[in-house]
Amino acid sequence: MTALPRRSLLAAGLFLGLTGIALAQAPAAPAGERFITVASTTSTQDSGLFNHILPLFKAKTGIEVRVISQGTGQALDTGRRGDADVVFVHARAQELKFVEEGFSTERRPVMYNDFVLIGPKSDPAGVAGSKDIVAALKKIQEKAAPFVSRGDKSGTHAAELNLWKVAGIDIAAQKGSWYREIGQGMGAALNTSGAMGAYVLSDRATWISFKNRGDLVISVEGDQRLFNQYGVMSVNPAKHPHVKVADGKRFADWLTSPEGQKAIADYKIDGQQLFFPNAGQAGA
Amino acid sequence: MDVGAIFQAAFALVVGLDPGFLGIVFLSLRVTLTAVLIAALIGLPLGAALALARFPGRAAIIVCLNALMGLPPVVAGLAVFLLLSRSGPLGPLGLLFTPTAMIIAQVILVLPIVIALTRQVIEDLWSEYRDHLRSVGLDGLRAIPTLLFDGRFALATALLAGFGRASAEVGAVLIVGGNIAGYTRTMTTAITLETSKGDLPLALGLGLVLLSLTLMINAIAFGASRIGARYAG
Repeated sequence: MTALPRRSLLAAGLFLGLTGIALAQAPAAPAGERFITVASTTSTQDSGLFNHILPLFKAKTGIEVRVISQGTGQALDTGRRGDADVVFVHARAQELKFVEEGFSTERRPVMYNDFVLIGPKSDPAGVAGSKDIVAALKKIQEKAAPFVSRGDKSGTHAAELNLWKVAGIDIAAQKGSWYREIGQGMGAALNTSGAMGAYVLSDRATWISFKNRGDLVISVEGDQRLFNQYGVMSVNPAKHPHVKVADGKRFADWLTSPEGQKAIADYKIDGQQLFFPNAGQAGA
Repeated sequence: MDVGAIFQAAFALVVGLDPGFLGIVFLSLRVTLTAVLIAALIGLPLGAALALARFPGRAAIIVCLNALMGLPPVVAGLAVFLLLSRSGPLGPLGLLFTPTAMIIAQVILVLPIVIALTRQVIEDLWSEYRDHLRSVGLDGLRAIPTLLFDGRFALATALLAGFGRASAEVGAVLIVGGNIAGYTRTMTTAITLETSKGDLPLALGLGLVLLSLTLMINAIAFGASRIGARYAG
């Protein structure tokens, strides 16, 4: 047994304590004084759009934008709980409901892109090259070809469910083992489809920036029903008094201003434009 | 996938010393080490006290703590999330989606490991040296400092186990941190993000860097305990 352990323990405690103070005070990152929290979708994040436009917004206004990227349903819930100042998502019906419930006073259209049906090169359902998404979904269901669903209440999931409905298929009742709900983001759904040789509905931006395509190709595109609109809303301070109204509005204003719209249009991967600005367009 | 691409990605990350990447590494270390430190300050004395004290319900507490070592990180994350959300009881603090929230979640994950392993170590030491300690007048809780000191090498392993749990987990920090670029993005949440973007070489490259860091910290701890053992006998 060691004599005099107390002094050593004291020294050890002192060392631990000092390390703790040093660690706690060290800054995590050169964080700006002013920031807002934006709840947005996996597509805007995974496609790299934010990496392109947020530095421009910060240079102009000095406001740092902290983005939480979630499915649209989850992002709206983050706004409902007051954990975000601004919500920037893509599911018009759900957004209008958000405004109707009083969580925001105004929804503004920002930009659009489109959905594409991705599938394996081998095309087991025989839908490749078609422009009719509804006919393609019917064939997939008839042939019980593997189909990956986001299953996470995201904007893309909502769009997919709506397309099944348009195709006259009650997916909740008619789904079999071919219909696989994974409950994850767009990128994860694409990874899963690639591994299983399944069809999947994706937004075009995530698809263009996706790097693990393997045997996946675009099977169906160009159908008007595959339109995908994004909207921005700042959270209503009447519901959550702590939200940063002015700075949040500044961000929504900028996104829909000519400058912000140009920044969105300028974002390209391999020369392909990912999002098409349409702020102020009636009915969008 | 090309294995060379993984090492290339890992190499480019380390050599490039990109400030964004360094920020991620630094935040990971800061969150994890702070969590382990806090868990050590609370868990070591508490574990030792649990080893020595006798009271009704002690066995139940020990079983619970042992079980909590297997607490799923995502459950701990969700609990902290609901607590810190603006609509939750601690909402006014505005801690959700901050590094502090991540530290809180990780303390919850690491603490049961530190307490449970400390209790085991100290209980074994106590049964071995009980008579000796009593003969020099150290009985009950007054023996704790001596026992902690004598068990320091085994306890260091307990802390390393806690560090391993914290540095490897992604479920809790993703939920309470939000994976915000440049603010709450850690090594593990960055790996998750790159995986979902389909950039698997970069994701695995990040994983390789994380493994190397863990290896380094364990090597340092091992070296320190060796040197310590030589001098302190």
